[in-house]
Amino acid sequence: MPFVSPEVYAKEKIAAIQDYAILSWHAVINIFSGPRYWADIFTQMDSIGVGSMPIVVLTGFFTGCVLALQSATSLQEFGSVSLTGNLVALSMVKELGPVLTGLMVSGRNSSGMASEIGSMKVTEQLDAMRALGTDPVRKLVTPRLYATVFMLFFLTIVADAVGIAGGALVAVTLLGLNASTYFHNSYRALVYGDIVQGLTKPLFSGFIIATVGCYFGMKTKGGTQGVGKATTQAVVVASVFIIIVDFIVSRAMIGIFGR
Amino acid sequence: MPSEIAIAAVAPNAAPTMEPIVVFENVSIAFDKNSVLEDVSFSVHRGETRIILGPAGGGKSVLMKLTNGLIKPDSGTIRVFGEEVSAMREADLFKLRARIGMVFQESALFDSLSVEDNVAYRLHEEHVPEAEAHARVVEALKFVELEQAIDKFPAEISGGMRRRVSIARAIVSNPDLILYDSPTGGLDPITSTTIIALVVKQRDVSHTTSLMITHRLQDAFLLARNHFNQQTGQMEPIANGGVDDSTKFLVLNDGKIVFDGTTEELVHSTDPWLKEYLA
Repeated sequence: MPFVSPEVYAKEKIAAIQDYAILSWHAVINIFSGPRYWADIFTQMDSIGVGSMPIVVLTGFFTGCVLALQSATSLQEFGSVSLTGNLVALSMVKELGPVLTGLMVSGRNSSGMASEIGSMKVTEQLDAMRALGTDPVRKLVTPRLYATVFMLFFLTIVADAVGIAGGALVAVTLLGLNASTYFHNSYRALVYGDIVQGLTKPLFSGFIIATVGCYFGMKTKGGTQGVGKATTQAVVVASVFIIIVDFIVSRAMIGIFGR
Repeated sequence: MPSEIAIAAVAPNAAPTMEPIVVFENVSIAFDKNSVLEDVSFSVHRGETRIILGPAGGGKSVLMKLTNGLIKPDSGTIRVFGEEVSAMREADLFKLRARIGMVFQESALFDSLSVEDNVAYRLHEEHVPEAEAHARVVEALKFVELEQAIDKFPAEISGGMRRRVSIARAIVSNPDLILYDSPTGGLDPITSTTIIALVVKQRDVSHTTSLMITHRLQDAFLLARNHFNQQTGQMEPIANGGVDDSTKFLVLNDGKIVFDGTTEELVHSTDPWLKEYLA
């Protein structure tokens, strides 16, 4: 990598943030004016939402399982193994469900968006689209953005549910807990603020996954090697952003709901 | 084989004194401080076919993208159909581009769409009824003699066929201006001649104003010295070694215009660089 002066480096980074902000803004507001590509939105919902279901279900389920298993060891010391349900439900709904779903969907779809749009960029398909009178942001980015935000919300609910179910399986079969007690404790542990917190996070994660993936795709240059680089960058940046924004949203929600 | 699609877009025998379709005035552009075009000025009149010649890296493709508003110049003005492309918003450019067809260097077909959907792309965007869109696609594919490939995907057809599909996509909406960016680049001589024959056919049947980049002199002179015979459906040399009056040349080197004129003026030029280039 060639050495660049700090000034040039800083200017490049600020320009990138500016480009990202402009792309995100256009992607959001495009839905409020025509033409709207509803068919593309539904196609992306199927691809991102339904397509990600197996990995989200598997990740959520086994995270719930391992959470129950690990927490039981600590809870046993205090004689509180019966509280496993509380711990699994709170952890899954407030934190692990939204974050893990975000990270899994990011790994699957940020990379997919970056590589798909990046390939179109390097083969001049984006220019061809513009030459044919279509705005690539409207046609490619906006559908992916709204589809991801919408579907990630529901994928998170699925992850939370199967996570609690996974915890129940371990609690009943390995820890010898009563299923009714487990689910009762899980239900009692959750309050309104926890649910709001858990379901606010995927809205931010979905936004990050789609905009970061599409941004790196749109900025791809340098042939197939460039596509590979864009794909990697998209996953790394989106994943890190998700974790950072998760912390910020958690802090804000604790400030609002007090827990 | 004369085509209705081409006839529909006729702008016959327009007087060259009318307002030019494309006007470049003192256009300059640089990428990463490397000057690509410097103070370029020229104009293309209605019905004219302008061949843009020059060595690789001379700024020809950039000039084509500037014409379509895909990139903006650093200085100077570009007017297409009387509208200043260099100062227009992207949203307004989309409307203007509805009147411009563009054939990209590497075809730039949408690889996830079939040939039919590629050619019909603009028609679908304009919500043309499906039956009418299909009929116009078939007509455009007949023009490029590729109607048998309508259901194929770009990956399933050869490079020359992709280029012909790209031409069909450019002409399907009967544009008033066609931009051919190296339509014969990377093709074998026989396929190149087929592509040039299509450009000649479009020029002589529909008289569409066009800009064509090439770095193959034989293609340029083939275009200038041949015409399309609508009776035989073939491209034929113009009688008595004549040249087509509507075909003119623009030669670029290192981002500057070194020649702007007719075929006769080009072959009789005394410019030493030009003589060496043409040799």
